[in-house]
Amino acid sequence: MKVRANFAMVMNLDKCIGCHTCSVTCKNVWTNRVGVEYVWFNNVETKPGIGYPKNWEDQGKWNGGWVVKDGKLELKAGGRVKRLMNLFMNPDLPEIDDYYEPFTYDYAHLQASPLAEAAPTARPRSLIDGRPMEKIEWGPNWEDDLAGEFQKRAQDTNFADIEKGIYAEFEHSFQMYLPRICNHCLNPSCVAACPSGSMYKREEDGIVLVDQNKCRSWRMCVSSCPYKKVFYNWESGKAEKCTACYPRWESGLPTICSESCVGRIRFNGIILYDADRIGEAAAVESEQDLYEAQMGIFLDPNDPAVVAQARVDGIPDSWIEAAQKSPIYKLVIEWQVAFPIHPEFRTLPMVWYIPPLSPVQAGIDQGAIPSDPEHVIPKLEMLRMPIKYLANLLTAGDEGPIVRGLKRMIAMRQYYRSVQVEGKPDLRVLEEVGLTEAQVKEMYRYMALSKYEDRYVIPTSHDELRHENSHAFQGQMGYTFGNDSCSVAGHDGFSLFPEKRKQSVDLKVMQFVPRARPKPTAPADPVERTGTE
Amino acid sequence: MRLQQFFFGIYPYIALSVFFLGSLIRFDREQYTWKADSSQLLERKQLRLGSNLFHIGILVLFAGHFVGLLTPHAVWAVIGVSDEAHQSLAIGVGALFGVLCMIGGVVLWRRRMYNPRVRATSRLMDIFILDWLLVTLGFGLSTIPVSVYHAFHGDVSAMVLLADWAQSVVSFRADAGLLDGVGLIYKVHLFFGLTVFLLFPFTRLVHAWSVPLTYLFRPYQIVRTKLVRYHR
Repeated sequence: MKVRANFAMVMNLDKCIGCHTCSVTCKNVWTNRVGVEYVWFNNVETKPGIGYPKNWEDQGKWNGGWVVKDGKLELKAGGRVKRLMNLFMNPDLPEIDDYYEPFTYDYAHLQASPLAEAAPTARPRSLIDGRPMEKIEWGPNWEDDLAGEFQKRAQDTNFADIEKGIYAEFEHSFQMYLPRICNHCLNPSCVAACPSGSMYKREEDGIVLVDQNKCRSWRMCVSSCPYKKVFYNWESGKAEKCTACYPRWESGLPTICSESCVGRIRFNGIILYDADRIGEAAAVESEQDLYEAQMGIFLDPNDPAVVAQARVDGIPDSWIEAAQKSPIYKLVIEWQVAFPIHPEFRTLPMVWYIPPLSPVQAGIDQGAIPSDPEHVIPKLEMLRMPIKYLANLLTAGDEGPIVRGLKRMIAMRQYYRSVQVEGKPDLRVLEEVGLTEAQVKEMYRYMALSKYEDRYVIPTSHDELRHENSHAFQGQMGYTFGNDSCSVAGHDGFSLFPEKRKQSVDLKVMQFVPRARPKPTAPADPVERTGTE
Repeated sequence: MRLQQFFFGIYPYIALSVFFLGSLIRFDREQYTWKADSSQLLERKQLRLGSNLFHIGILVLFAGHFVGLLTPHAVWAVIGVSDEAHQSLAIGVGALFGVLCMIGGVVLWRRRMYNPRVRATSRLMDIFILDWLLVTLGFGLSTIPVSVYHAFHGDVSAMVLLADWAQSVVSFRADAGLLDGVGLIYKVHLFFGLTVFLLFPFTRLVHAWSVPLTYLFRPYQIVRTKLVRYHR
C-alpha cells in the first residue's frame, strides 16, 4: 500500500441551477487571454446534448482515454509508436469549429457609423482572424436549456440502449445541467499521451498540470483526454488546462468555480487512495466494474492502518485530518450517492457527481404520478429522467448504484418530511435504503444545508516541507533573474550560462547550517540552540 | 575566387556556429518559445496531406544528405557501393522524396498564405522560413536533371567533390576549391541549404531538436514532487 492524497470534487447535480457563475468566474480568472478565448476550463452543459466540444463523449470519434487489450491498459488512440507516427498530424484532434469560433462584436461601429435611416448594428467578428462572421452557428453553450432541435441533441452518446424517440416529445422531455472541469484523474491519459513528458501529476495533491516550458505543441494530450479538458492555445502553441486553481488550493481555499457556486453544489477536499493499485483498478475487464474498482482503491482515513501508512509515505498530519473531515469520502464511499463521470474511459476521474432527482411537481399535485402515501414525493420510477441515461453517464450503464443513490436521496427527504411535518421520524424509509438515522442526519447537513466549512475542507500545502533545508532557502523567494519567471533553486536542467547566483552559491555554507546534527551530549541551552538550527 | 572562398570556406562555419550556439542559447533561455507551434487546431484537412508529405520528405532528404555527404569515400568502397550506384541511389531517393516534400510544402504554403485563420495567426518568420525551405528545395530538385545528365555520361565527379567538400568542412579544413568544378546550380542550392542552418534557431524549426524519442521508453505516467532537494 502506498498512500497518496488527491484533489477531489463532488458536484451535487440535484442542486445545480445552470447559472454558469462557475464558468464565468473561471473564465475571468484563467482564460481571459488571446489564444484561449474559446477555452472554458469549467463549462456547464445542458444534458441531453452533445456538449463542448461537440460529441466529446463519443470516443469512437475522438479515441480518448484507455482501453484494455489482453488485460493490459493501452491508450485508445494507440501505443507509443503510433503516437509518434501521428506527430505530424494528429488524426484525433478536434478543430476549432468543434468547440466554436471565438467572436466579439464590432461595438465601435455603433458609435462610428454615420447618420443613417437604419440603426447601426454591431456585427460579430472572429477573434482569430478578425473577419466579420455572417452568422454565429455554434457557441460555448449553444444547447443551453435544451436549445436547438432534438435530433441534434439526441446524438448524445448517453442515449445508448434507450428508446430515445419518446423523449423528443415535449411531454417527455427532460434536462439536467452538467458542470465539467478537469477530473485530475488518477490514471490520466493526457499525461500518458504527452510525447515530451511535459504533463505531470503532482505527488502531493494529484493536481494534473502542464509544464509550459516543456510543452512542444505535439497536442496528443488534447485528443487523448476523453473529457476534452486539455486545450490548445493557438497563440502560444502550448497545451493549457484546469489547474484546480492550485494557487488558491495550496492556501487552503476552494477552486474559484467552487467558491463562486451560488447553488452550493460543489464539494472540495482530498481523498486518500492506494497508489499501488491504480493500474489494477483501471484495468478491470468489465466496464461496469470500474466504478466499484475505483471505490476500492480509496482508503478509509479513519482506519489506523491507513493513517500509519500515510505517515510513512510522508503525508502531513494536517492532510490526514483533512481527509478525515473531507466531505468527499462520505459522499462517495459512506453514502454512495456520488459517481464518477464516464468511468468506462478508465482514467479514474476524481470529479464525482450526485445525480439529479427530477420530480414533476405539477404532475404530483394533479395526482397523475404515483408517489408516496402523502402524495408529495414521487416514486423513483416516475422521475422524468431515464435511469439508464444517468447510468450511461455515471456508471458505464449499470443502473443498480444509481437507483440506490437516488433512493437514498428520496429517503432523506421522506425522513425529514416525517420529522418536520408529522413530528415523528419515519425510520422505515431509512431501513429500506440501508441508512441509519445518524447517517441521514449527516447527509442532510452536507447535501441540504451545505455550509461552506462542510463543503470545503482543504489543507494548506506545507511549503516548509518542500525544502530539505529551509535555512538554505532563506532570502531566496520572491526574486527572479533573467527570463525564467518564478523559478526557484533546484532547477536541474542543462544551463549554458553560469548558473544564477541563487543556485550556484553553496547556501549550506553561507547560512552556517551544521552538516550533521550536534550530538546530544549535554542538555543545551534552548536559546542558544535556536541560533544554529 | 574570393566569393567562393567566403561562401564555401567561411560561411559554413558561421551558419553552423549560429545553428548550434543559437539553438543552445534559445533552449537555455527561451524554452517557452521552443515548440512546433502547430496550427492544426485552426485547419486540419490540408494539414493532413501537407504536413505528412512535407515531414516525411524532408526527414528522408536530411538523412540522405547527412549520410550521402558525410560518409567517407573509403567506407562506400568497403561496403561495396560503387560511385555509380551511390549516384543512382542519391538521384532516385532524392527525386522521390524531394517531390513528396515539394508537394507537401506547396500544400502547406497555400494553407499558410490563403487560409484566413492560419494566415492571421502566422508570424512573419513562419512564412519566411517556409518560403526559404521551398526555394532551397526547388534548387535541390533542379540539380536532379543535371545529376541525371552526369549519370548518363558516367560522370560521378560532382557527387564525389561535393561529398569531399562537405567532409572537409566538418573536419575543420574547409576547402572551397573543391567546388571549382561543380555546377552553379549545386552551389546555389548549397548556399540556400547552409542558410537554413543559419536561420534555424530563430524559427519554429527548433522543434526538430525535440523529436520525442524518449517517449518510447518512458513509463506512461509522470509524477512530480514539489520537494526541492539540494544535491550540489
